[in-house]
Parts: sequence; C-alpha cells; structure tokens
Amino acid sequence: MTDKPVSHNPLPNKERAKLPRQRVPEQEPKIRAHNFQEVNLGFPPEMARRESLRCIECPKPGCIEKCPVSVNVRAVIDLILADNYLGAASKVREDNALPAITGRVCPVEDQCESGCVLGKKGEPVGIAYLERFVADWERETGQFGSPVAAPATGRKVALIGSGPASLACAGDLIQMGHQVHVFEALHELGGVLVYGIPEFRLPKEIVHHEINVLRRRGVVFETNVVVGKTVTIDELMHEECFDAVFIATGAGLPRFLNVCGEHFSGVYSANEFLTRVNLMRAYRFPEFDEPLYPCKDCDVIVVGGGNTAMDAVRSALRLGAKSASIYYRRTEKEMPARVEEVHHAKDEGVHFKMLVNPVEFLGDEKGNLTAVKCIRQELGEPDDSGRRSPVPIKGSEFVAPCQVAIIAAGTSANPLIQSTTPGLTTTKHGYISANEETLATSKPGVFAGGDIVTGGATVILAMGAGRKAAKSINEYLKSSHGVGVQAEKAVIN
Amino acid sequence: MFPIVATRQVARGIKLFEIKVPRIAKKQRPGQFVIVRLNDTGERIPLTLADANPEAGTITIVVQAIGKTTRLLNMLEAGDSILDVVGPLGKPSEIDNFGTAVVVSGSVGSAMAYPTARELKRAGNKVISIVGARSKDLLVLEDDVRQVSDETYILTDDGTAGEKGLVTKKLEELVEADKVDYVLACGPVPMMRAVANMTAPKKIKTVVSLNSIMVDGTGMCGGCRVLVNNRSQFACVDGPEFDASQVNFDVLTQRNNMYREQEKKSIELLQASLEAELTKLRESNRRHACALEVTLGEVAQ
Repeated sequence: MTDKPVSHNPLPNKERAKLPRQRVPEQEPKIRAHNFQEVNLGFPPEMARRESLRCIECPKPGCIEKCPVSVNVRAVIDLILADNYLGAASKVREDNALPAITGRVCPVEDQCESGCVLGKKGEPVGIAYLERFVADWERETGQFGSPVAAPATGRKVALIGSGPASLACAGDLIQMGHQVHVFEALHELGGVLVYGIPEFRLPKEIVHHEINVLRRRGVVFETNVVVGKTVTIDELMHEECFDAVFIATGAGLPRFLNVCGEHFSGVYSANEFLTRVNLMRAYRFPEFDEPLYPCKDCDVIVVGGGNTAMDAVRSALRLGAKSASIYYRRTEKEMPARVEEVHHAKDEGVHFKMLVNPVEFLGDEKGNLTAVKCIRQELGEPDDSGRRSPVPIKGSEFVAPCQVAIIAAGTSANPLIQSTTPGLTTTKHGYISANEETLATSKPGVFAGGDIVTGGATVILAMGAGRKAAKSINEYLKSSHGVGVQAEKAVIN
Repeated sequence: MFPIVATRQVARGIKLFEIKVPRIAKKQRPGQFVIVRLNDTGERIPLTLADANPEAGTITIVVQAIGKTTRLLNMLEAGDSILDVVGPLGKPSEIDNFGTAVVVSGSVGSAMAYPTARELKRAGNKVISIVGARSKDLLVLEDDVRQVSDETYILTDDGTAGEKGLVTKKLEELVEADKVDYVLACGPVPMMRAVANMTAPKKIKTVVSLNSIMVDGTGMCGGCRVLVNNRSQFACVDGPEFDASQVNFDVLTQRNNMYREQEKKSIELLQASLEAELTKLRESNRRHACALEVTLGEVAQ
C-alpha cells in the first residue's frame, strides 16, 4: 500500500534537477528606479509550468517544514502541473490567507526555499513566484477559492490591528465559524502592508483584494479605532461583549539615533517617510494632499540595513534623489535585509556605505538639513544577537552632504494598549508577554502575536502567529473559560 | 464616514462643526484632539476638541481656514460628511485644584482652552481667562469662555473689542497684582512663547498646548517630535500639553514650517478651482458611502 499521490509531472527526477530555475521577468532597473510600479512582473503560465517541473517531489518536503504557516507546497505545485490554478490557489489558502502578499514579501531564502533539496547543489524551486502566480491568476480572473466555513458558533472575537498577523488570524477564525471584528487605528486597512511596504514591492490593490476576500467571507472591519484611546480592551470585552481579543498592533514607535540635529527639517524616521509615501501617497503630491520634504535632486541617506531601510532608499530614488545611499554600521554580511532587496537596490543605483555611523546632523540657519557627520567603524566581538558589534575608529570622522536623512534603526513597543489594559503583563522592553505555544497573555481571553510580542520581524512570521492565535482562541472559546466569561457577563448585564 | 450635523461661523474664517462620532464623543477629555482626513486624497491633520455631547454622539471642533484642508473643510455644511475622524488622541489636560488658574488663549486657541477652563473651574480653581485676537472679528467663543470663568478679559491688537494690547501684558498685570498658581496657554506659537518667557522667571507652573505637524497621531511616525528639556518628545502621545518653560519654541517653529512650499502650492491649486475641489470631495465621499453600503449588504447575505 502506498499513499504517494498521483503526480502530474511527466519528467523523471534526474531530468527535473537539470532544468534551470526560471528567471522572473522584472522591470529594467534604469526604468523602474524612476517609477513606483511593481519591480517583479511575475511568471506567465508557461514559466510557472516550467518552474513547477523542477520539483522532485520529496517524500518529506523540506519546503513545507520550513514554512512558518506550513503551506502544502508539494500539492500546490502538482495542481499547477495539472493546470488547476484555482485549485492550487485554494490549496495555498488552506494554510495561508494572504498568498498574493507572501508570494511577494516572504524572505523565502530563509524559509521554504531554504528547505528545498535542489538548493543543496544548485538553485531551489522558485516557490514564492509560484505562490504569487496562482494568487495573481485567481485575482486577475475574478475567481476566488473560498473554503466552506464551519457552522456559526455565535462567539465574537476582536482583532486589534489589520496587519498580517490579524488578517491571517481573521481568515482562520471565520473558517471556524466565529464572528470576527477587526479594529484598525489608521484610515486604511492592511497595517504594515499599506503604510510600510512600498507600492513597487507590494501594490496596494493586492492588499485590498485580499482584504475584500476576507470581507466577503464575513469578517467585519472598522477603521479609525485606536484601541487604548478610542476604546479599551476591557470595554471591548465587557461592554461590546467580545468573548476573546487578539492584539496584533505591530512594531510601534520609531527609534531615533539620539544624536544632535535630529530635529532638522529633512530628518525623518523611516516610519514617517514610508507612511507619507505609501499610506498617504505623498509621491503623487499635489494630486494627494500629504506633503513630503523634497527628495528631488537631493542627496538622500538612509541609516540602517534592514528591509525597511531598503524600502526607504529605493523610494527616495524613485522620488528623484540625485544620490541615494545606505549607511550601515556593520558590513553587508550582517545586513538583515533580504538578499533580493539588496540586489534590487544595487541594480537601481543605490550606494552602500558600510561600517559608518552618524554622530551628528548638520543644518543651516533655517534648520534645514545640509550634511551628516559620521564616524567609521570596525567589527569587534559578537554581541547578544551573535553579530559582531561595530567599534568606532578614533579620529575617522567625516562629513557628507545630504538634504534628506531617513533613520531606519528599528522600532520599540508602542505602550498604548499595555498602559490602558490592567492585568496585561509586558516584557522589560515593553512588548506584550505571551505564551510561546498558545500566545495567551496574562489576561484571560486576551491573546497577542506578531511584532508587538516579538519586536520587529517579518510578514510571514506575523501571519504564523496569527494562525497560532486563531487555534488557541478557538480552543479557549470551546473550553469552559469561554463559557465562564459568558456567564459572568450575563450577571453583569 | 462621519456626518456633519451642525455648523456655525464663529469668527471671520473660523467655523464650528458638530460631527457625529459616537465613540469619540463618549471617550474624549478636555485637551485631547482628533485627526481628520476629509476625503480619499486628503491629508491627515490634527484638530483639538472644543466640546462633545456623549448622549447625541457628537464632537465639536473649531477650525480656522489656513491650509488647503482647513479651507476646504470650512466650506462644508451640515449634511456633508468627513471620510475619517480618529481619536480621542493625546493626553487629557492635567486637571487639579491649583488655586488661581489663568487660561490664556489666542483666536482659535480659545476653542481648545474652553473645555479645560471649564474643568479647571469644576475642580475648584479660581479661573481667570484672557482671550485675545488681532481684531474683534477674530475673537472665538469668548462668551462660552466667560461662562466658565470667574473673570474674563478680552484683548485685541487693534482695540476693536475689549482692551487694546497683547494677552501677555494682561497676564503680567494679573501676575503682579495677585498670586497666580497655574497658567495654560493655547494659541499661536509666538504668543505661547511670550507667555512662557513671562512666567518662567516667576516660577509659575505654565502649560502650553503644542500644534505640531502629525501623520498618524499614535506615536508611530515621530513627525510631531518637539524638543522638551532638550529631549525629543512626541506631541501626539507625550503631549499635546507640555511644561512651557522646557519647550524649545525655535525647533517647534522650524518644524512647523517644514512644508511651507508645498502648502503654498496646495493653496494656489485650491484657489484656482475652489468649486471643483469641493464637488470632487463631496462626490468621492458619496461614492465611499455607497461602497460601504454595498459591502455591508454582501456580508448580510
């Protein structure tokens, strides 16, 4: 007896491994450096098929193991080979509520593709491109593979924030038959997917589509609600009768460098710069009202080496910067940004200055930024994160002219919810403490996940947390705890 | 979508709005603000709450037409809607029985000062209000302020109403004549700076409400950062009220001028097609309202 599924791949395994990885079509670097349209153009069907043919169908697929939400990659690829794209999309959606998004922004070289056997000798299967292909096909043909939901349970769950953790959680909870109400502080849904990640990497239209799919499945969204200010968690549970709450409010407050001159006009946090450009569409000023300090014909520097820094520097380039540079305090090897993003930035003409750290911003008499004073550094002993920490070289200071500087040095926890929710325990850095397995917080019925628990991480990890929370919340609602909360409420009412 | 239920012209270029936002009406405290976005191409701007009616679910804001958004907003009437209103944001005013509290306000600042003055009075303070403006037709809510104050002084730069002169001159007289325990200043930056300079040497607890440029209003972007006691503070979450003696007003002024060029351009474009812009706003908000109904209908099915 064998449960090996029927394969639609006509090629013997030896032939498959010989096939070259398909190169996804991209906009030319010189052209794309001046527009906000998407860089990657995605696979056409014949390329998706050719890439799918490369999968050798491992009995224990490493790709699935390495995926934070355990997408059944092998089954998806076989459905593509069977020309059943809608089926493939539904298969992805069983585990991943946002395939068109993860297919674009997942750090796949550390996840699914790092588990691919082909990667050991050559290049792994382009899993993200395939995922994106089926999701785009689904959207572009106006179909959507909606799984059938469980019968209604009558239980209400409040999700705080509408970023990836919350959306993934919403997808699972609605599937389990619960009522789901998502609260968003900003005017637009999607969290970091709309305020943080630029249009050229993740078009807003795709985020809106995924949200509309959730809406059609019954998820209720309410914008302009700052939980902790507009309404508190306790009010949601006791006055608005939510049986459980999932806090997924994201990364929070921008970190500045705390050096002199950081208040000069032209110095931005990456959060503000990207929010103005992405959420507020400042790159389309004056058609859109939100202004941005001019980048055109300016020298723009971005301090940091993560994906946020890459997004900011590539946005600056598209806004017409004369030069756009990354200033990073370690070396390229330690940069936390995705390899693909760094490559894209380099192709587009971004300069990379390594082992430098700003010590002061300089401005003119009007308070406009004119230059940055930096010190050169060398790598010393490894720090807590295992990365070698930079040590300043005495007397190596230099001044570089710049009119716009963007600080992408990470974020710290926003205390809005923690400070207004009695009984909610936080870590010493102010993040919400949650059980690693269940994501339950110290407060009964309240769960938390994503960046507000872990600190700044990735979209897919946040989605993994959202799914984990949905499972725990479901169990909580089924258990006597949930009933207890209901009974208590009946007494209060 | 948030409907405007009533409007009233309170001074030249200054208009009062009552807007239906039940969640904010229920939660707001004096000193807090909201952020509004008029339509889907609009910018986000902070506006201080002047009042609220929790039973009716309405909030009151008083808006001076200065930039594109405020000019456009002031053309709206009851029956129109605002696409986004979020809040209440910022920390509420510190209310305590200080003793004698002087509330100094300039023009539209009086609308922000009014609810705090009222609460200070309720808390047992002797409230003295100084309401100033360049001219009589720019005085805002002086009668409302008078009703919640033990003493009220009106001052105009040109002497067309009340006494002629600056609010700081009156404040100085009061401070010389009697013991003042607390001062709150709301209004233009030069006025708040002058108040701070006047009371600092006398060690009178003085608070100013800062009007920096904001985007999200929840601490996420840091655009509203101000230097207070040489440390960076976010007006949206650490403020908007700060100890006046510690505020760096130069940096506040500089940062508030950061988008001067773009603001000028926006206003020019608006003036060139005022009616068209207003129609565009109304139409896009109507479209949003319809889209919302359709989605809700789909969900109900």
